[in-house]
Amino acid sequence: MKKKNSQCGRRGERVFSNVCVLPSFIGVLIFFLIPFCIVIYYSLINNPISAQFVGLDNFRRLFQTVAFRKAAANTAAFSLISVPLAVIISLWLATLLERNIPYKSVIRTFFLSPIMVPTASVVLVWQVLFHNHGTINQLLETFGFSGVDWMKSSYGQLIIIVMFLWKNVGYNMILFMSALAAVPRDILEVAELEGAGKIYQFFHIKLRYLSPTLLFVLILSMINSFKIFREVYLLTGDYPYDKMYMLQHFMNNTFNSLDYQKLSSAAVLFSLVMIVIIAILLIAEEIFGKDVES
Amino acid sequence: MSRHTKKRIFNIIIMVFAGIAAILFLMPTVLTIANSFMTSNEITANYGAMIGNMTDDKKTFISENVNLKFIPDKVTFDQYAGVLLKSPDYLLKFWNSVILTVPITVFQVLLAILTAYGFSRYPNKFKSIIFFAYIILLIMPYQVTLVPNFLVADFIKDNAASIVSAAPDMIADKVNKSISNMRWAVILPGIFSPFSIFLLTKVMKRIPVSYVEAAKLDGASELQILARIHVPLCKGAIVSIAMLVFIDYWNMVEQPLVLMKDADLHPLSVFLSQINAGDIGLAFAVGTVYMIPTILMFLYGEDYLIEGITYSGGIKG
Repeated sequence: MKKKNSQCGRRGERVFSNVCVLPSFIGVLIFFLIPFCIVIYYSLINNPISAQFVGLDNFRRLFQTVAFRKAAANTAAFSLISVPLAVIISLWLATLLERNIPYKSVIRTFFLSPIMVPTASVVLVWQVLFHNHGTINQLLETFGFSGVDWMKSSYGQLIIIVMFLWKNVGYNMILFMSALAAVPRDILEVAELEGAGKIYQFFHIKLRYLSPTLLFVLILSMINSFKIFREVYLLTGDYPYDKMYMLQHFMNNTFNSLDYQKLSSAAVLFSLVMIVIIAILLIAEEIFGKDVES
Repeated sequence: MSRHTKKRIFNIIIMVFAGIAAILFLMPTVLTIANSFMTSNEITANYGAMIGNMTDDKKTFISENVNLKFIPDKVTFDQYAGVLLKSPDYLLKFWNSVILTVPITVFQVLLAILTAYGFSRYPNKFKSIIFFAYIILLIMPYQVTLVPNFLVADFIKDNAASIVSAAPDMIADKVNKSISNMRWAVILPGIFSPFSIFLLTKVMKRIPVSYVEAAKLDGASELQILARIHVPLCKGAIVSIAMLVFIDYWNMVEQPLVLMKDADLHPLSVFLSQINAGDIGLAFAVGTVYMIPTILMFLYGEDYLIEGITYSGGIKG
């Protein structure tokens, strides 16, 4: 018989720990994994009744749909702008709050407060701010600029970027603050003694220790950026202005028309895109943060 | 000027700047609450321009501008009385939110305690494959996961009738009724979402093996180890994870919109957007009422919340 190490208990105990995982795994199988396999299958056949294999036809049909192209382009544009902004602003705030400033914890609480507030509760305030005769336009007019009709123009993207940042910056900031606190002090002290400036310390030492967190915040912000439909829906309902027509709007419309082939191919495509993006980010982080991780 | 004073002045400048930004972050919440205490007349005077279909004679009294007001001229609870007495609709929607969010939170966290324990003890290859699958599932946006959820919901709804028809009529009727409301289509995937499992497993893995060994020497069974060591040691983490889950589902829009056809059963987080423009005053009050549970959690458990957010950092950890 082999010698057992401390983590290797009696057989019954090992079986028990496996049984613990079982209920959750069965649930995930039923509600996510098995149906997702069916989704993949649906994306490759012409319709559920005759079930003929059509290769990539559904994907081609999806790309030919104007609504899909618009939704994908809008969502991509929104994410490309808002995700980097969310990361940079929250990291910057975290470095500000790393200093020993008065009322630090009050300020942190304020930044964190949007997490607790359901978007639906405050949506009216945003509507008032960005109304055609609303607060922001009035401010613009007092300074001699002409206002814009925010909700019904391309500037609509700006509203949802502001709402996105408002909601997400606090959470990211907390993550960065805890990561900054974990940067080894001795290395920073040595750098300080050798005359490295604050900016040098930030980019060459702290940022490298932050890289796992940076990666996580990037992924998290990206996932959250795909939830922006929520804000748009609450602001403008089912039919927003052109620039605010998001992927989830397209999915909802497709759900309503019960076009399973289109839905499935959109879901499969999106999951592939997510996996590719995250793989690239993981590899980038691996290279960037290599020598500081134990 | 000494270096020390310079540093202090610099810190104060930063504080003023960060403070202003922080106040701006708090503004939407404060404005919603402040406006909920205004009289109907004040609301109409300020936000009249947002109300589309008004008679012309009324319109002349109202400026065409929408004025965001901070402090009400006269504090009243009129709007709240309106919510409570005149429009039971809102209370019903609030209740809809409760019966979706509470079961999801409670059962997702309970399931996570069991599952995370399983993952953290005796690791093996299958378990790490499953855990990896959970992480992949977590990074998938709604646009991906809602499609499988929708298929399952559809399948169960279509087949449930034939399954329960064998049962006595009274039970069958009841089951059919609760199936047709489609609440379960939102609740069940919510319960099995691996978010809490992911966080709690990371926390439980940090529990020193020596604690468990000591308990085992004293003759504790696995179930006792879970109940007497893991749960008490992770109490803080469990509370903070439960808070994160509750907040997330209290704010949900996508799932009910796709999975529940009957708009009467939608939670308040969806319904608030459909409030008639004429009821702006009520909407401020309902919005305020809707944030009470989460605000209370925040006030009493901010430290837990921060702890929970910190746990969520780092996919690798």
